[in-house]
Amino acid sequence: MQKITRDQLIEKAASLLANGTVSCVLGWQKGEFDYDITPAVFDTEDELKANFVWNDFCGANFSKYLVSKTKKCEGKILVFLKACDTYSFNQLLTEHRFDREKVYAVGIPCEGMADIAKVKAIAGDGISSIDCSGEKMAVTTIYEDAPVMIDAKDVLAERCVNCKSKKHVAYDELMGEDGDVIDSARFDEVAKIEAMTPDERFAFWQNELSRCIRCNACRDICPACTCEKCVFDNPNSSVENKSPANSFEEKMFHIIRAFHVAGRCTDCGECSRVCPQHIPLHLLNRKFIKDIDSFYGDYQAGAEVGSRAPLVNYTTDDLEPGEVFERGDN
Amino acid sequence: MQVKEYKPLIVAFCCNWCSYAGADLAGNNRLSYPADVKIIRVPCSCRVNPMFVLRAFQRGADGVILCGCHPGDCHYTSGNYYTRRRMALLFSMLDYLGIEKERTRVEWVSAAEGAKFAATMNDFAEKVAALGENKRLEDLRCKR
Amino acid sequence: MQRIGVFVCWCGSNIAGTVDVQAVSDALKNEPGVVFSTNYQYMCSQAGQNMIKDAVAEHKLTGIVVCSCSPRMHEATFRKTAAAAGINPYMVEIANIREQCSWVHKDMVTGTEKAIILGKAAVAKVNLNTPLTPGESPVTKRALVIGGGIAGIQTALDIADAGFPVDIVEKKPTIGGKMAQLDKTFPTLDCAACILTPKMVDVAQNDKIRIFSYSEVTDVKGFVGNFDVTIKKHARYVKEDICTGCGACTEKCPMKKVPNEFNLGMDNRSAIYIPFAQAVPKVATIDPNYCNMLKNGKCGVCSKVCAAGAIDYKQQDEFIEEKYGAIVVATGFNPISMDKFDEFAYNQSKDVITSLEFERLTNAAGPTAGKLLRPSDLKHPHTIVFVQCVGSRCDACAEKGKEYCSKICCMYTAKHAMLTRDKYPDTDVYVFYIDVRTPGKNFDEFYRRAVEEYGVHYIKGMVGKVTPEGDKLKVQASDLLANKQLHIDADLVVLAAAIEPDKSARPLATMLTASMDTNDFFTEAHPKLRPVESPTAGVFLSGACQGPKDIPETVSQAGAAASKVIGLLAKDKLTGNPCVASSNELMCNGCSTCERVCPYGAITYENKEFRMPDRTTAIRRIAVVNPAVCQGCGCCTVACPSGAMDLRGFANSQIIAEVDAICK
Repeated sequence: MQKITRDQLIEKAASLLANGTVSCVLGWQKGEFDYDITPAVFDTEDELKANFVWNDFCGANFSKYLVSKTKKCEGKILVFLKACDTYSFNQLLTEHRFDREKVYAVGIPCEGMADIAKVKAIAGDGISSIDCSGEKMAVTTIYEDAPVMIDAKDVLAERCVNCKSKKHVAYDELMGEDGDVIDSARFDEVAKIEAMTPDERFAFWQNELSRCIRCNACRDICPACTCEKCVFDNPNSSVENKSPANSFEEKMFHIIRAFHVAGRCTDCGECSRVCPQHIPLHLLNRKFIKDIDSFYGDYQAGAEVGSRAPLVNYTTDDLEPGEVFERGDN
Repeated sequence: MQVKEYKPLIVAFCCNWCSYAGADLAGNNRLSYPADVKIIRVPCSCRVNPMFVLRAFQRGADGVILCGCHPGDCHYTSGNYYTRRRMALLFSMLDYLGIEKERTRVEWVSAAEGAKFAATMNDFAEKVAALGENKRLEDLRCKR
Repeated sequence: MQRIGVFVCWCGSNIAGTVDVQAVSDALKNEPGVVFSTNYQYMCSQAGQNMIKDAVAEHKLTGIVVCSCSPRMHEATFRKTAAAAGINPYMVEIANIREQCSWVHKDMVTGTEKAIILGKAAVAKVNLNTPLTPGESPVTKRALVIGGGIAGIQTALDIADAGFPVDIVEKKPTIGGKMAQLDKTFPTLDCAACILTPKMVDVAQNDKIRIFSYSEVTDVKGFVGNFDVTIKKHARYVKEDICTGCGACTEKCPMKKVPNEFNLGMDNRSAIYIPFAQAVPKVATIDPNYCNMLKNGKCGVCSKVCAAGAIDYKQQDEFIEEKYGAIVVATGFNPISMDKFDEFAYNQSKDVITSLEFERLTNAAGPTAGKLLRPSDLKHPHTIVFVQCVGSRCDACAEKGKEYCSKICCMYTAKHAMLTRDKYPDTDVYVFYIDVRTPGKNFDEFYRRAVEEYGVHYIKGMVGKVTPEGDKLKVQASDLLANKQLHIDADLVVLAAAIEPDKSARPLATMLTASMDTNDFFTEAHPKLRPVESPTAGVFLSGACQGPKDIPETVSQAGAAASKVIGLLAKDKLTGNPCVASSNELMCNGCSTCERVCPYGAITYENKEFRMPDRTTAIRRIAVVNPAVCQGCGCCTVACPSGAMDLRGFANSQIIAEVDAICK
């Protein structure tokens, strides 16, 4: 259950619409299923009351949508940002991807979002409805009359289990109380892989990456991937392709994508959330983050606007590429 | 069926100002190194996109080496410092994916270091040859 | 589709000895785009070049691949050949089959195999080459010299002499710099003022030279040939054009207790002051930190005594914007602070002084009117100890000093010692040194005179400690040659403090995007071959801002920098390197990543209106590369996440084509 309620958010949005602060609202609405929440733009209070949703499945990070929406919307856009979303918000500002003046950001507290895969593992398939409003999540399936009651803590998404910060680093207005940066265990999994032998690592990643169907969902959701034209879509980049016609892209897509967002990735975890094949893509991004932290000092992308990312920075006594292997991780 | 003798294929990216000149000096001094090494001239080591490195591997290269001016001596003042960070992260990632780390290398070779260039290439070619054909990057996608 | 001609050179037997050149030209004939392929004994010879020209005409070639020696050797030659044959010089690629093939491989089979692959890579690249034309930019025919010491003065005079206007920006109220504070100059011992002040007057009288004294550069934009510079002229509260420099105000000013920086604080000046008698411009300046009128509105004496009516208490800082074609940095040096050198008791005793303070003490215009008197009690010192290398040649770990040799100290200390013994033969003079370094014309002779004719005691060894005791300074030192400890009761101790670049240099370097070393000395474009140019085009280096230098060296470097500036300003247009980065505006995110890695500040951003696919218009921020500033390193191309940034002549597609050709 989220501390802040849907009604509170609607009330806030409606008042900002009414007093003319904003002209539209970026929020969540129900998709095909109760757990399938999608981003939407709301223009009126009526629309909000009818379709606005706020529950444990509102994982979508809205930052990226601001890039296109600020160009289209007249006046300001109201955007609700969870603490983790604010980092992406700042990172996009650092990269001048949208006009800050066109956004009214409301920071909202978040108790962690649910992973539907974990819910299904407990409640089974055929979910017909989920009610997150009570202490426990009530999951009804088409097979049983009585809902399965689940403790939200048991189905937290991986990125929420390892939440790195409950602190909002950007907002115009904050609802509820702000939290702190958390000393999370998010690099433990990376360390575990690093501790494997090269053969084991290769087997692990071969197993994971071989499931990729190149649907581009990870790229399309990623708030760091806001390029006007992605290199993988650009016929002149020599790596363009969408199907396995060119084997390079099939194999290298994930390495290149992770490299392109290295130093810019805020570790929001959206890539892994949307991957239909459940590839732990965040483990690639976190490897870069972990390396950057240990090679060049702690750096959190998006923590402040205008910070110099590690890959566009250097010191004269940086570690040599050959030395990265001598750091005793294998 | 004829079994082709395995010869490693090594792509060497050399910056125009130091390492390419170092390679020329190795030639001037007739310091030999394996013909498996093929040099591509770039203006600065910082021109080398990680994509080029991966592309070479994908197209069958067994080893990729980048050579640039020594840190502090970059013709463009700071290019090789960026190269150093980019490649440190890329190589670490390849290692993380289980690709043999001996297949990648960055070496700083000045225009005066013909002997170092030849020695580096001899050593690198030997290490890569010992690993054999580069299969892993090719196979990462396809589970056998 | 290109029509490519391949020309394989034998280089006599240099290539043909280990590469089957016929096989190479035959193999490359079948590559895509190749319409002609041949080989010849010496491609770079007149006959070889004619062969290329003929082939271009006969086969209507659009691209050329020469398989020959290193492009570092003959790329320029073959580009000229191509241009003479009527095709763009950048449609030529060289496959290096000599230095990187025939000379390093001994076996004909492997040599030939590799040569073919290198040729294929070059063909693959040429297939993607596009004709490139160097950009042109105009040149503003005016130079800016930052710093008005002897380096800046000499550079400005030489540039003006060639007929170009020059502006000097000097942060102090007068030009002259450190040299104006010196007494005599080694090795000839002529007085510094006698040789410097005529030059200062020349500057003042030269109608090509403007002096912005008491001013600083606050902003630099633009690029070689086209710099836009903002100069901040500090309010001196005196109208420069009206003040006659008569000095009446300085005499009458009631506030006379201001430490005189020209004499390094060893005496006092008034709140309104002219730094020294020969100052240029010779106008008064009011020190706002001490002037009672400016501080609390109570006084106004100077205004009353000024017959010219030049005093203006309401004067404001003024900002001047000017265009320049070239900028010379001549920001000079300062002795390092002695605060960290407690062992020499510099802060405990007034009689421990630096060498520059010693210069003022012996200068006829100095605080003692040239009489060598110790600062504490104004008595004549009978024993003087000079300590060399204070803060110079320190170990890397010693945080208080500098690793480098300050270069000028050995000679000026010899000068000080000699002059002291000359004027006051009753004085004992000791010089403690690590080494005596005298590599200049007549330098060693000078030093030997100090030892042999003037009886200066040169002792190899360092002073360990100086302790003030009564009116004496107890000097503990080691004599390394005699291997014993020495205790000297000195009256005066003179420290040859290391010199360091002026503090204004670092922020200036940032403004100019010029590079510096770890000691904040400006870096030259090439340490041997381009010693007076900064790597940033259009920025030149003069004097000690580039490294420690004595006056003769500074003047010669100043002249060299001036000649480089004159060479630049003499051009009407600048032609650039066409192999520069350029951004595809349709793909550019405007994210500023490229700007952050560009060492030259060549990338700026602009908002541009785009017609979107849905027929609306949108304003997008896009990167714009200034081709006159870009040097073509390509760092931005890799930093660019979308691949919008590409490098002409070394495009992504071209390098990937080479990779593919090699790996095929």
